[in-house]
Amino acid sequence: MEFAFTDEQAMIAETVQAFFRENATSERTRAAMEGDGIDRELWTSFCTELGLAGIGLPEDFGGAGLGMVEFAIVAEAAGSQVAALPLLGLATAAQAIAAGGTDEQKAEWLPRLVMGEAIASFQGIHGLDVSGNTLNGEVRFVPHGTAADVFVFIRKDGAWIVRKDQAGVSVTGHTTMDQTRPLATVTLANVEAEPLADAQAARDALHAGGWICLAAEALGGAQETLDRTVSYSMERVQFGRLIGSYQAYKHRLADMMVEIEQARSAVYWAACAVDEQAEEADLALHAAKSFAADTYFMCAGNMIQLHGGIGFTWEHDAHLFFKRARSILSMLGNGDWHREQVATLIMGEAA
Amino acid sequence: MKLGFSPEEEEFRAECADWLQGQMSGEFKDITGIPNLVSKIERRKEWEQQLAAHKWSCIGWPEEWGGRNATLAQQVIFAEEYARAGAPNRVNHIGVELAGPTILAFGSDEQKAKFLPGIASGTKIWCQGYSEPNAGSDLANVKTKARLEGGEWVVNGQKVWTSLAHYSDWIFVVARSEEGSKGPKGITFLMMDMDQPGIEVRPIRQMNGDAEFNETFFDDARCPEDSILGTPGDGWRVAMGLLSFERGVSTLGQQMQFRNELDAIIAAAKANGLVNDPVTRQKIAKAEIGLRLMRYGALRMLSNADTAKIDGAALTYKIQWATWRRDLGELAMDVLGQAGEIAEGDEYEWTMLPNMFLFGRSDTIYGGTNQIQRNLIAERGLGLPREPRGDK
Ligand SMILES: Cc1cc2nc3c(=O)[nH]c(=O)nc-3n(C[C@H](O)[C@H](O)[C@H](O)COP(=O)(O)OP(=O)(O)OC[C@H]3O[C@@H](n4cnc5c(N)ncnc54)[C@H](O)[C@@H]3O)c2cc1C
Repeated sequence: MEFAFTDEQAMIAETVQAFFRENATSERTRAAMEGDGIDRELWTSFCTELGLAGIGLPEDFGGAGLGMVEFAIVAEAAGSQVAALPLLGLATAAQAIAAGGTDEQKAEWLPRLVMGEAIASFQGIHGLDVSGNTLNGEVRFVPHGTAADVFVFIRKDGAWIVRKDQAGVSVTGHTTMDQTRPLATVTLANVEAEPLADAQAARDALHAGGWICLAAEALGGAQETLDRTVSYSMERVQFGRLIGSYQAYKHRLADMMVEIEQARSAVYWAACAVDEQAEEADLALHAAKSFAADTYFMCAGNMIQLHGGIGFTWEHDAHLFFKRARSILSMLGNGDWHREQVATLIMGEAA
Repeated sequence: MKLGFSPEEEEFRAECADWLQGQMSGEFKDITGIPNLVSKIERRKEWEQQLAAHKWSCIGWPEEWGGRNATLAQQVIFAEEYARAGAPNRVNHIGVELAGPTILAFGSDEQKAKFLPGIASGTKIWCQGYSEPNAGSDLANVKTKARLEGGEWVVNGQKVWTSLAHYSDWIFVVARSEEGSKGPKGITFLMMDMDQPGIEVRPIRQMNGDAEFNETFFDDARCPEDSILGTPGDGWRVAMGLLSFERGVSTLGQQMQFRNELDAIIAAAKANGLVNDPVTRQKIAKAEIGLRLMRYGALRMLSNADTAKIDGAALTYKIQWATWRRDLGELAMDVLGQAGEIAEGDEYEWTMLPNMFLFGRSDTIYGGTNQIQRNLIAERGLGLPREPRGDK
C-alpha cells in the first residue's frame, strides 16, 4: 500500500508550490489578463529555470520523463494560483504529439514546446468539413488560441497538427469570462493539415492529459479558496466574534474540505491509473474530471459568499477562482457527460 | 505513489480469498450475506470460533494473543476479501475492533491474558457503554457513577443505545468516579461482566423494526478494582484512544459491503428498465464515483497511517462514507419505487435495500453525527475556533 507521494514527488510538490506562490502573483496574473492571458515571463521561467514543463513527455525529445502523477502535482500548484499559463496545451497537444506523432513531428514540436519557445493548443473538430487532410470551417472555443503557435485538432477518425502561420488559418480572440485562459475561434480555409500517425493514441493521450490537467488545476484552486477563506475568517470580526467561530460558517468550510479530500483522491487515482495503464483508468479519468470540477465550483462559490461584499469586487481574487472553476466545468466535457461515460462503463449503453 | 498491492500482498489476498470462499460456500453457507447484526446469532458465534481456530479472527494482533502480526496492508486485504466472500458482519465487532485494540494499547499483561483470548475466539461478545440519556455528542457529560467500595467498583446509572448489549458478555463503561468532577476529568474506563444482577438490559426497537440497541441500567453493578484501563479518573484518554480505532482497517471491508449494495441497485435498475433512464444513470454514476473515491481516500489514509500530522483523508472519512451511504439508501428507493415499500412477508422485516434505506438514517448519527464531524473537521483540520459551551 503506497498510495502516497514518494519522497521525490513530495519534493516536486514543494518546489512547484513555492514557485507559483512566489511568482504567479495576483498582480502579474491581472497584467496577463489585460493581454492574451499568458504571463510570458512566468512561462519562460517555468519552462527554462524550473525545467518542469517536460514532465510526462519523453526524454528523447526534450521531455523530463516521469508521469501523470508528477504532471498533476504541477497542474495542482499552477491551478492553486490561477496562474495565467498555457499549461493545458502541454497536457493536451504535446501529449497527443508525443503519443501519436512520428519521430519527425516529435522532434519538430516537443523540444520547442517544452522550452516555452512555442505555445500549443487543441480542440475537437467534430462538426468540421474534412476531406482527406484538408480542413474547412470554424473551430470554436480554442483555449489560449490567439497565443498558440500550433494546434492539435482531433475527431473520431483523425488527429492533425495545424500551424498558426499556415496558409488559410486565421484566429479571432474573444473577450472571455475567465481571462486567464481566453478562448478563440480558429477559422480554417482549405488548410492542409498534417496528420498525426496514430490518431487513436493521440486522441487518448490528449483526453487523458487534458482531463488530468483540468482536474488537478481544480483541486489546487479549490484548496486555495478554502485556505484563503479560512484565513479571512480568522481576521474578520462581526457581532464581537471572529466570523470563523460561527458554526454555520465553520460547517460550510468543513463541507469544502470533505469535497476537496475526495477530489484529491480522484485526481491522484486517475493520474496513477494512467501511469500504470490500469484497467480502471477510463473510469478514473471521468470521475476525476467531473468530481474535481464540481468541487472547485462549489468551493469558489463559497469563497465569494463567505467573504461578503469584498468577495464580489473586481479587486479581490475570489472571482479569478470562480471564473476558472466555471470554465473548467464546461471544458473537455461537462459533468453530466463524464458521468454518463461512467454509467456506460459500469452498466453498458442506454437502450 | 502506487494504486495496487505488491505481489506478496496479492499472494496473501489469494490465500485469504481461498479460505473465506471455501467457508462461505461450504460449512457456513447458511450465514452468507446477512444484512444485520443480530439474526442467526448462535451460528455467527460458531463462525467467530471457526475464524479463531484458523487464526483469521484478529490478524493484526500479536501472535501471542491469537493474531498473525499482520501488516496494515494485509489487514486491509483480509477485510476486503472477508466482505467479498459474503461473510456476515462480525457479531463481535465491538470486541474485535474496539475493546481488543484498546486492551492491547492500555492493558496490563494480566488484563491481556484475561480478555484477549475470549475476544479472539468469539466466545466473549462485547458492547460499548458510552452514550447516556444526557451524554450523546457531548460524551464528556456522562453521569453514570462509579465508586470504590471494599476492593470493588460499584456502578450506578444508565447507558443508552448500547448495540448488542442483549447478546454481550462484557461491556466497557465510561463512568464518573470523582464526585463533583465535570467534563473529561474524573472519568474511569471500566470493563464489566454483563452476567450479574446489577445490570439490566432492555432492548429498544429501531425505526427499521430491528432491535439491535438497548438501554442498559446499572444498579450497584460491580467489577473488581483492577478491571479498568488506565488509572482511576484518567478514563477519558482511554475512551478517546478507543475512538481512534473506530476508523481503522475495517473501512475497506465495509466498502466491499457498500459495493454489494450498489451492485444490487444496479441489478434492480436493469430488471425494471430504469437503467436506461438518463437521470437514474447520473445518480448511479455519482454513487459509483463516490464509492471509488472512498476506496482511494481510505488507501491514502492507510498509506499515511504512520505519519504524525493530521491527515485530511482520515479526518473527513466518517462524514464521507456516512453521507454516501445515506444517499445510497435514497437511490435504492428511487430505483425500487413502490415495490421497495412492501415487505416480503408478514413481519415488519426488510430485505437488503429497503433496510439500508432505513438504517442509513443512523449512519449519519452513530460514531459522531455529521454535525459533530463538521465541528471536528473545522476545529482540528482547519484550526477554526472551538464551539463555545453553554455551561461554563
Ligand atoms: C444505530 C445506533 C447504534 C449505536 N450504538 C451505540 C453503542 O453501541 N454504544 C454507545 O455508547 N452509543 C451508541 N450509539 C449512540 C450514538 O453514539 C449517539 O446517538 C450519538 O453520539 C449522538 O448522540 P445523541 O443521540 O445523544 O444525540 P445528540 O447529541 O442529542 O444530538 C442531537 C442533534 O443535535 C446535534 N448536535 C449536538 N451537539 C451539537 C453541536 N455541538 N453542534 C451542532 N450540532 C450538534 C446532533 O448532530 C444531532 O443532530 C448508537 C446510535 C445509533 C443510532
